[in-house]
Amino acid sequence: MEEQKHFKHPSFYPGDAPETEHPFSLYISVWILLFVLSAFSYAVDLAEIQGYLRWFLVTVFAFLKAGLVVGVFMHMAWERMAFLYAIMLPPLFLLALVGILAVDGAFVYYIRDLFMPLVGE
Amino acid sequence: MSNNQTVSFEHSIPDNLKGLVADWSSDVQTFRVRWSKAMMWIFLVSDTFIFGSFLCAYMAVRLTTIEPWPPTSEVFALHVGGADVPLLLIAIMTFILISSSGTMAMAVTSGYKKERKKTAFLILLTALGGLAFVGMQMFEWSKLIFEEGIRPWGNPFGAAQFGGFFFMITGFHGLHVSIGVVYLCIVAKRVWEGRYDRLNDYQMVEVAGLYWHFVDLVWIFIFAFFYLW
Repeated sequence: MEEQKHFKHPSFYPGDAPETEHPFSLYISVWILLFVLSAFSYAVDLAEIQGYLRWFLVTVFAFLKAGLVVGVFMHMAWERMAFLYAIMLPPLFLLALVGILAVDGAFVYYIRDLFMPLVGE
Repeated sequence: MSNNQTVSFEHSIPDNLKGLVADWSSDVQTFRVRWSKAMMWIFLVSDTFIFGSFLCAYMAVRLTTIEPWPPTSEVFALHVGGADVPLLLIAIMTFILISSSGTMAMAVTSGYKKERKKTAFLILLTALGGLAFVGMQMFEWSKLIFEEGIRPWGNPFGAAQFGGFFFMITGFHGLHVSIGVVYLCIVAKRVWEGRYDRLNDYQMVEVAGLYWHFVDLVWIFIFAFFYLW
């Protein structure tokens, strides 16, 4: 009977992440890592790195930070695969939007660059 | 003992691709997480699409402007000690938001250890960080509006679309932070009153934490794509 009582309680899910096992030190190291990565992206601006290298570095640092926040702070690293994919795959559709808009944007710029000087301001 | 039996039954489905198929096709329960957590995550996915659309629209417009995009590191510079330090305020805001995410993660851990006062204190500290962030954002906005003359329809630095995207994206994020501060205060009050002790369940702290980390997550991308690109 004791077990049944326990089972009525909704907080017990065997597949749930074992939250209590993460020590503060893990969060503090991730916290420091986030600071370091932010400092790196800030340094990219201070060093006045321009062009593709700037975009590449800024994007890489942003995604590394995002991975740390989602994986450790939001506990995604300890969730089951079924849940992980259900949450993490749909946002990838945004990449299609980025691709389409990048092609379209380049074309619009080309047209404007061609005709705006003729039309004038 | 029946406890252990159930545990071993749940874990007899492996956590790999086979397990993924089994979980999705079990016709009983797909996600082995609580509803509160699953629903918060699904809300956050929808919010990801909102911010994602904003940032994609920003990219599309920025690609098409003939006029140069305003130099963000100069526009957002702060005049300190006779010199312009680029993006100083933004760096401080980033520092504060990341720190508040750290204290929130600790609050969640303390919650699962059922340390009532410590959890409430850490959540309040997180809310305080959020409040500081919103305050600095108000300072930034008023500086841009009253001193720099940036408007949603134009500005003295370059492409006219800059203002519209800046106010919409950072405004929407600031709204999320403000709502988060209220949300965290409510959760802190409930922790302090012992509601989750009576329920013997601190999951709602983790759910609130998910929302707060998401706000930090969005800021990471705004910081990268709007301020640094």
